[in-house]
Amino acid sequence: MNEYILIFRHEDGNKVASPEQIQTWMKQTMDWIGGIAAQNKFVQGNGLPFDDAKVVRHNNIVTNGPFGEIKETIGGYIIVKADNIDEAVNFAKGSPVLQGEGNTVEVRKVITGGSAKLNDRN
Amino acid sequence: MKDYLLIYRMDYSAIPQGTAEQMEAMTKRWMDWIAGIAAKGRLTDRGNRLAATGKVIKGNNVVTNGPFTEIKESIGGYSMVNADSYDDAVELAKECPILAVGGNVEVREISLL
Amino acid sequence: MEQQELIPHLFRTEYRKITAVLCKLFGIAHIEVAEDIAGETFLSALETWPYRGIPENPTAWLYSVAKNKAKNHINRSHIFAEKIVKEVQSATPLSEEIVIDLSEKNITDSQLQMLFAICHPAISAEAQIGLALRILCGFGIDEIANALLTNKETISKRLLRAKEKLRQEKVKIEYPGPAEINDRIEPVLTTLYLLFNEGYYSESNDTVLREDLCLEAMRLTHLLIENELTNQPKVNALLSLMCFQSSRFAARKNENGDIILYEDQNESLWNRDLIDRGVYFLNLSAKGTEISKYHLEASIAWWHTIKEDTNEKWESILQLFNHLLQIEYSPVAALNRTYALSKAIGKEAAIAEAEKLQLEHNHFYFTLLGELYKDIDNHKAKQYLQKALSMAKTQTDKQIIKKKIEALINYH
Repeated sequence: MNEYILIFRHEDGNKVASPEQIQTWMKQTMDWIGGIAAQNKFVQGNGLPFDDAKVVRHNNIVTNGPFGEIKETIGGYIIVKADNIDEAVNFAKGSPVLQGEGNTVEVRKVITGGSAKLNDRN
Repeated sequence: MKDYLLIYRMDYSAIPQGTAEQMEAMTKRWMDWIAGIAAKGRLTDRGNRLAATGKVIKGNNVVTNGPFTEIKESIGGYSMVNADSYDDAVELAKECPILAVGGNVEVREISLL
Repeated sequence: MEQQELIPHLFRTEYRKITAVLCKLFGIAHIEVAEDIAGETFLSALETWPYRGIPENPTAWLYSVAKNKAKNHINRSHIFAEKIVKEVQSATPLSEEIVIDLSEKNITDSQLQMLFAICHPAISAEAQIGLALRILCGFGIDEIANALLTNKETISKRLLRAKEKLRQEKVKIEYPGPAEINDRIEPVLTTLYLLFNEGYYSESNDTVLREDLCLEAMRLTHLLIENELTNQPKVNALLSLMCFQSSRFAARKNENGDIILYEDQNESLWNRDLIDRGVYFLNLSAKGTEISKYHLEASIAWWHTIKEDTNEKWESILQLFNHLLQIEYSPVAALNRTYALSKAIGKEAAIAEAEKLQLEHNHFYFTLLGELYKDIDNHKAKQYLQKALSMAKTQTDKQIIKKKIEALINYH
């Protein structure tokens, strides 16, 4: 069994949602994660609020978000257990994040255990 | 104390393919950096590296292979630290060896899902 | 109290106190000496009281006999004196004579410290429960065997092995330091939780014994709450959970000992005092930021003290199970979460989720599918329930499933 990270990418991190929308979205997210956890496939997860986020760059230049050259902003992630990437992709398809236009979920295999070599291309 | 996620990004295609010794030296710097945070009692989770390629799921269940290695900033891994404030977490991130090879570190506060 | 009732009663309440204090004094390596002296003390009572009458203060009598026996043992046994007394005396250099302190404070401290010693990670969970029942609850070997549905030989062997392990590991009888308390209290809470569940879900026919197990688990949890060092929010949450669960004790079995399912229980038999106490400890558990599995289970149990089905109730229970499963997966929680989903959102959604659970070796899984398919596809519902019946092992489980099948047939 491998671990995969599901990264929620929001097309526009500045979009303001109403409290009702947020509540509905939270409930859907919790039901989605609860369904994965009920299959014993949930490892961990966190939300990443957009406010005050920073990026530290070369020469210690610190910028405020938005982040990186790609315009999407990461809104959170969960790590799941799956036999292969297709199973992880199937979990990702249920994510309420995808209801937002332009939002995506990035699925990446987690390299567990080994030392943190940056140039490893597994 | 709050938890902050450090997201390591860099241009994978630009990583110089150095000698075994150079690679080892880079790994050592990386390990030393993480160990330094742990020694201060500030490491919540050493985190993980991510495989270089993956998949992207868009709305309507469109699945594509991850184009991450082509864009300049792809997520290579992450760690979680604890800090008093964003500024405090940023100070920790400033020591990250990835900055020396053209990468950057995104610092994000955690909220429990 | 009559003499023939008094001694067993005192045995239950005082044996464990004497054992804990002596064991704390002698060290874990001499746990059997402590047990023997406590046992002999009660033997003396049995031999003396019928002829000389019950002493004015029976507990004080027992303590003084225990003290004398302990001192005699130390004087008699040279090796014991050499090895142990030196250590004990070096710790209290000013006193010529060893003080055997049976004050209330030292009794409580000794019991709590023994609880930490017994819940040592080197000891298996089942052995921890056995040891806790024997040393901290004063249960007899046959009572433990009856409660844990096994035989005396198995329990005796299990206890011997566990004591040997405690000796090998040189486990100290002391409070963990403030820095370790968080890690060390986890296995203690797990053992108390399992101890309670052994009583609550035991197949044993002995209702009194089962209730005793639950009460003992609650008593020990309460000891942790009364102690400043161990009075943590999650301990309050655990006690709250135990209060809510045990509030249904009288309602969940009929006079034949058959289990009565939650939805069929007579609410008036629920113990309101225990529910109130549960609420009290649940409120206390809200201090701090940690949400442990005990917080979540206690909150779920609180919702179950409200019989009426509302969307709010089941939506709340669903979210609590969603959260609980993220902290700790268990098949039971996965099945209950799916049941809550059917109540909160609907059976179709729950069936889709149930089919992903991969619990085909678990008869409760098929019972759940039977429940979910009821009114949607009764033929399928019956097939699932029959499958569950063929897999169920205990009489209680079989009975419950048979009732459900009957209800399904009568319904049509």
